[in-house]
Amino acid sequence: MYVAVKGGEKAIDTAHAWLAEERRGDRDVADLSVAQIREQLALAVNRVMAEGALYDPDLAALAIKQARGDLIEAIFLIRAYRTTQARFGHSEPVDTGKMRCDRRISATFKDAPGGQVLGPTFDYTHRLIDFALAAEDQAANASQVEAQSGDAAAAEMPRITDFLDRDGLIQPELRDDTTPPDMTREPLAYPANRALRLQALARGDEGFLLGMAYSTQRGYGRNHPFVGELRVGRVDVEMEIPELGFAITVGEVTLTECETVNQFVGSKSEPPQFTRGYGLVLGHTERKAISMALVDRALRWQELDEDNSGAPAQDEEFVLAHADNIQATGFLEHIKLPHYVDFQSELELIRKLRAEAQAAQMVRQPEAAE
Amino acid sequence: MSDYNFAYLDEQTKRMIRRAILKGLAVPGYQVPFASREMPMPYGWGTGGVQVTAACLTPDDTVKVIDQGADDTTNAVSIRKFFEKTAGVATTTSTAAADLIQTRHRIPEEPLREDQILVYQVPIPEPLRFLEPRETETRKMHSLEEYGLMHVKLYEDIARHGHIATSYAYPVMVEDRYVMDPSPIPKFDNPKLESAAIQLFGAGREQRIYALPPHTRVVSLDFDDHPFDPSRADHPCALCGAEGSYLDEVITDDRGGRMFVCSDTDFCETRRDAAKDEVAA
Repeated sequence: MYVAVKGGEKAIDTAHAWLAEERRGDRDVADLSVAQIREQLALAVNRVMAEGALYDPDLAALAIKQARGDLIEAIFLIRAYRTTQARFGHSEPVDTGKMRCDRRISATFKDAPGGQVLGPTFDYTHRLIDFALAAEDQAANASQVEAQSGDAAAAEMPRITDFLDRDGLIQPELRDDTTPPDMTREPLAYPANRALRLQALARGDEGFLLGMAYSTQRGYGRNHPFVGELRVGRVDVEMEIPELGFAITVGEVTLTECETVNQFVGSKSEPPQFTRGYGLVLGHTERKAISMALVDRALRWQELDEDNSGAPAQDEEFVLAHADNIQATGFLEHIKLPHYVDFQSELELIRKLRAEAQAAQMVRQPEAAE
Repeated sequence: MSDYNFAYLDEQTKRMIRRAILKGLAVPGYQVPFASREMPMPYGWGTGGVQVTAACLTPDDTVKVIDQGADDTTNAVSIRKFFEKTAGVATTTSTAAADLIQTRHRIPEEPLREDQILVYQVPIPEPLRFLEPRETETRKMHSLEEYGLMHVKLYEDIARHGHIATSYAYPVMVEDRYVMDPSPIPKFDNPKLESAAIQLFGAGREQRIYALPPHTRVVSLDFDDHPFDPSRADHPCALCGAEGSYLDEVITDDRGGRMFVCSDTDFCETRRDAAKDEVAA
């Protein structure tokens, strides 16, 4: 006997209760605090802030806890929260040249004013599991070296590309004071300008951008990047308060900025020059910032009068339409929803087509029917 | 839920969506871009429909939500709860009692009235998308009314299968101007697109809204020698006996047993209740 698919409501409530229990895990193990996530899973928090497009480490840490460590789910929570927040204005553009850097490296010059500052990086670690961490022995974890914080290293750090700029070796980025489009308030329209592209890339999925950037390195829209400079640090956020009539500092955010120096282009009228790709991401998010710079550069083929080799990374509609992991995961996972009405109409059609095909076969081979 | 505005979205956003809806009603079948917001449910799960519904709701409205024709499918339950919670509106499963019906994949069997709004959840609003993946191209094709590609596709289906091999999301021509995707409703429902109610289509992820004002002419694409055929399973409903409703096929055992029942649960229940009353009377 047919049992109608009743009780969806009860099933949902029960599933949510079970989820809450699973999220908590074994109650003999101490509950994870939001502060612990914020402090000890900081790179996860950074990714959630970057792709959630909201700078709030505590909220991002809470989202990670609620999402059971599923970062895309956490990003989703942040986005859905962010969209409900009222807008009361916008900040001045941040000056990354004045960044208080924790890390600043250049792959194009051995040394430069401000120096090479490695900062807290995995780069030269050997990827060996540190079993001592499992012992949770605070003493063993205590660093032998006095870590140098950014403020101690807060020497002036002029931008590497400025040196190239001074000599005219790199294509200057023209100052543009027009208000950039806002992809959260206007529907995405193609072709997008560079400001809009960078906006979309800055909140795009790290894995997607990594794959796109990697594909350019392997020849699909190759653009020969050097990391001119990668810097991670804190910048002031200033905002002009209408009542005051001038800008004041309202806070501080950590950013990762990457400028790549790429193959030069030239024409009959212009001597060859280097060009650049640009990546700027909330938080300490190096892989994403470098990927973004490579993809940005690949998308500039038209503006720089290069050939379109048909590579995915050169295709603005392809990259921008598929970079957002919240859109992607939602649409991908919606195929879990019931589709039986559509499937039923496919069933009817395929039965009809098969019946006709079989009838036709019988006409052709009447003996086979016996 | 005092932390959120009535029906979740802030008034500015609702105004923006209403403008898109009005433009859509003024140009039937035209896809109006709108700045879709992130909603607290995933893209692809009805965010477009939810935003359109939120923009249309007033506190006195009664809402019905269906998925696959049924009120009790999980996602319909989830969306209905969302509006109960964020808008505090009354909800119903009765098609006749609803002021606004949000739907996924079906049009109710019972004809709708002029004072009703039907809101569709749309996954891919662009009927030409699977023929041409580029938005810049498809927009151009719509503006030039260049729909040859679609007719070629339908013709190729006939050449290959003897039939048009599209059984849901079957493309329609609206007022002789725009080819429109009616969302993935079975083609059985296509004739019901000519309705007395206002029909609004919301695609959240794709940032598009389009609309059919009441009594708009909507023609399913076909050829003179291969007229449109709104087919359905050739059975009566096993529960209410209806012969003209769209049916779901339900597998009843592992030996090939199956039965056919109305996909529109309210329609089916109303008929069964009426039959019971007749017996009692």
